[in-house]
Amino acid sequence: MSIEISAKSIQPVRLTYGNLEERFGGKKPSSRYQEAVYDVQPTANFQYRPLWDKDHELYDVSRTAIVMEDWYSFTDPRQFYYGTYNIARSKQQDVAEHNFAFVDKRDLLEVMPEAVKQAAREILVPLRHVEWAANMNNCQITDECYGANFSALAMFNAMDRLGMAQYVTRLGLLLDGNETTSLDAGKKAWMEAPHWQPLRHAIEDMFVLDDWFELMVAQNFVLDGLVFPLLYDRFEKKLTSEGGATIAMLTEFMDDWYKETVRWTNALAKVTAKESKDNQDRLSSWVTQWGDRLSSAIEPIATKAFGENGVNELAEVKQALLARLAKQGLAV
Amino acid sequence: MSDKKNTVFLILQDNDDARPIIESVEQDNPEATIQYQPGMVRMEAAGRLVVNRETVEENLGREWDVQELHLNLISLAGNVDEDDEKFELAWN
Amino acid sequence: MPAKKLNLRKRYGLLTRGMGWETTHQKMDDVFPYDSFEGIKITDWDKWEDPFRLTMDAYWKFQAEKEKKLYAVIDSFAQNNGQTNLADASYLSAIKLFITGVTPIEYAAHRGFAHLGRHFRGDGARIACQMQAIDELRHQQTQVHTISHYNKHFNGLHDPFHQFDRVWYLSVPKSFSEDALSSGPFEFITSISFAFEYVLTNLLFVPFMSGAAYNGDMATVTFGFSAQSDESRHMTLGLEIIKFMLEQHEDNLPIVQRWMDKHFWRAYRLLALVAAMQDYMLTNSPMSWKEAWDVYFVENGGALFEDLSRYGLKMPKYHELATAEADHISHQIWSVFCSLGNATGFHTFLPTEEKMAWLSEKYPDTFDQYYRPRFEYWHQQQKDGTFEFQKGLPQLCQVCQIPMVFTEVQTDPMQISYRVTEHGGDKYHFCSDGCKDIFEHEPEKYVQAWLPVHQIYQGNCGGPTLPEVLEWYKFTPEDIGNYIGSQDHARWQEWTGEDKEVKQA
Repeated sequence: MSIEISAKSIQPVRLTYGNLEERFGGKKPSSRYQEAVYDVQPTANFQYRPLWDKDHELYDVSRTAIVMEDWYSFTDPRQFYYGTYNIARSKQQDVAEHNFAFVDKRDLLEVMPEAVKQAAREILVPLRHVEWAANMNNCQITDECYGANFSALAMFNAMDRLGMAQYVTRLGLLLDGNETTSLDAGKKAWMEAPHWQPLRHAIEDMFVLDDWFELMVAQNFVLDGLVFPLLYDRFEKKLTSEGGATIAMLTEFMDDWYKETVRWTNALAKVTAKESKDNQDRLSSWVTQWGDRLSSAIEPIATKAFGENGVNELAEVKQALLARLAKQGLAV
Repeated sequence: MSDKKNTVFLILQDNDDARPIIESVEQDNPEATIQYQPGMVRMEAAGRLVVNRETVEENLGREWDVQELHLNLISLAGNVDEDDEKFELAWN
Repeated sequence: MPAKKLNLRKRYGLLTRGMGWETTHQKMDDVFPYDSFEGIKITDWDKWEDPFRLTMDAYWKFQAEKEKKLYAVIDSFAQNNGQTNLADASYLSAIKLFITGVTPIEYAAHRGFAHLGRHFRGDGARIACQMQAIDELRHQQTQVHTISHYNKHFNGLHDPFHQFDRVWYLSVPKSFSEDALSSGPFEFITSISFAFEYVLTNLLFVPFMSGAAYNGDMATVTFGFSAQSDESRHMTLGLEIIKFMLEQHEDNLPIVQRWMDKHFWRAYRLLALVAAMQDYMLTNSPMSWKEAWDVYFVENGGALFEDLSRYGLKMPKYHELATAEADHISHQIWSVFCSLGNATGFHTFLPTEEKMAWLSEKYPDTFDQYYRPRFEYWHQQQKDGTFEFQKGLPQLCQVCQIPMVFTEVQTDPMQISYRVTEHGGDKYHFCSDGCKDIFEHEPEKYVQAWLPVHQIYQGNCGGPTLPEVLEWYKFTPEDIGNYIGSQDHARWQEWTGEDKEVKQA
């Protein structure tokens, strides 16, 4: 049917959802980010205790030692909801796809010095296991965290890590004309080579952490804050200087991803620390503890990657990480 | 109803992207019935229904990735077998 | 020369397997603590095969494309005041029930699949669950975004998540989803992916979205169909997991069969709300509940179970009763809502003459005999100005939490179906043998139920009077009651210039 309507008669009766009116006043329409994440997770009147964790409710603030008056007091600087997240990643994967195709078509790896290829095999290819673990850890955070704002962002992060594990895998395959030689060697090194064992040990210990926010700190603040600048930035620059710019083309996704994601972790550290002295102390001690553990775990890899400069490169990266977190209000 | 014990079906959105796929199903599955319902097209057959990449590409005039089917898929019934060449639904 | 091309299967295998490892510094049972307590025996996770081989790059690409299309429609719908193209504003009661009852369980599924995505020991199964976990988040978010525009112009849509945790009839979907979430991972996936998604979800989405198309609701059609493309993956996951469990070990069969029986009945009871939506709330119904049941359960479900019979899996217990009830439940549920319309966050309205003629045609064996007289009586009362909403609160089933409205359809359709059992010295009440069986198998679980009516009587819901409870629900006086005479109706009349009644055909 067709209806004649004067625009005047169609005035909204409200501009946004009730929870957003309460939070932000109802004077203007909410953003899609706000609509998508705020107050979505159930908070009350749970029907049954989980069979797999009878000490907690299905959603339970006591799953972490961090205490927040309002678990939605944090805003994602990227304001990601599912649509914007996927569209952003789709653009990045388009570039990555193009890069992979270009490198393959032009045989760019063929002309790369063998030493550079070998360095990529030994240092970068095993990182697929590190990303895989990061995927598990962020999935764990999605599972146990409190609030839809948190679960959505941890979920996006988890899928990013799967995607990056897959890009590293493709790099490994491309290095060997789609044979699995490098992947197999990388896995063997990850399981057995002495220089990877301290990191694998630390990561396995992270798998069984009880407190999801501690896991958030260990994985997304500290481990990423060391691995990405050290290996996807500094080490790749070293490879580039040795004739391996092609490798950097194939891992551009990771470099861009980290620069973007750091905005999330910075904002999160800041809001959480600002909430209370207890939170600030807790975060700071986790950062110190995992900073020490993980930087010493990465040291043999740094040495393998940079030779005698490795220790120094790692120390600089760690210093930058701590300085950045101190800027967000942590006492480190 | 109960005489149709092994019906498999594929439901796509009724839009322009889906039309070459629907045509391909008609070509490759002469037994299939095609029903147009509000907003969607339901294709069903006894036991087995296949979408072949090659047929879709002929109808579409360009390369077509079988996974593009996901963009317009609404529902299905049957065990799925998807590879580079085809998307198949079947009850054993 | 360029690397040799890998086919989809091989490539997918390399990109999803072999990245995980057998841990040595921590025991695997500590890293994956939850996947064995239910008694499901998995001897070889590598036998897990994904039917859809989506790597993340393809996922981002396809999903971004779907999202761009969807948001283009949402934007244009809002810009063009698409709500004015509805068949009738009374139709929105269905959308109100949808956003308060279905959207929150999409979020719950997101969290549940994230739990599995972390805790299944098999790499392939974890990835499949993670993709579903993020898809479910998509559904929750796109539903909120789509319905946002309706919320700006109509009542009853403003606080879905607050209401989900509190409102009497919303404990039906809440208890359903929390039942699954609080179970172990294999039971969760049997419940959500198989019993709900594979066996029954077509009954929710396909006729309902077709119904939206039939009633001029282009926004809902678009998000619904867009979500269905993900649902097809989810359904397939449901079938795969069942086959996987049954193939892994013969001891799994009785466990899976029991879960199947339980969650089929749980999900089926939840869908009674959908039956009412489909037959009564839709201004124009493209298909009756019974027709949908015959196509999507009797016929398609029959083919499915025929296929699964080679593993020894049988049709779910009480499926014959569900089929017999298909002639009744939509009328019973809509009646209860109409009689309690002063406590529902959506408007209720009696079926028009045209609608009743349609119902007589679709339900020749039951409507005229059992249900028409009731609606005609209420029509007369409304005409005479003597119609009153029911004062007392209904008794709820301890398991499905639906008021006791179902009847003994196989013996005496006028007799309320009522079951009772004792546990720990207390009596518990049920709407059916299906719900009673579920309780008796796990009484410690179901005695915990947060039953809204009990909670109201115990004073936990804002106060002892109806207005206090409604305020606690955040139901405004404009949200509740009859559609005729409501603010929504007045606005609709203002836009359409006429239209004194509910329009239904």
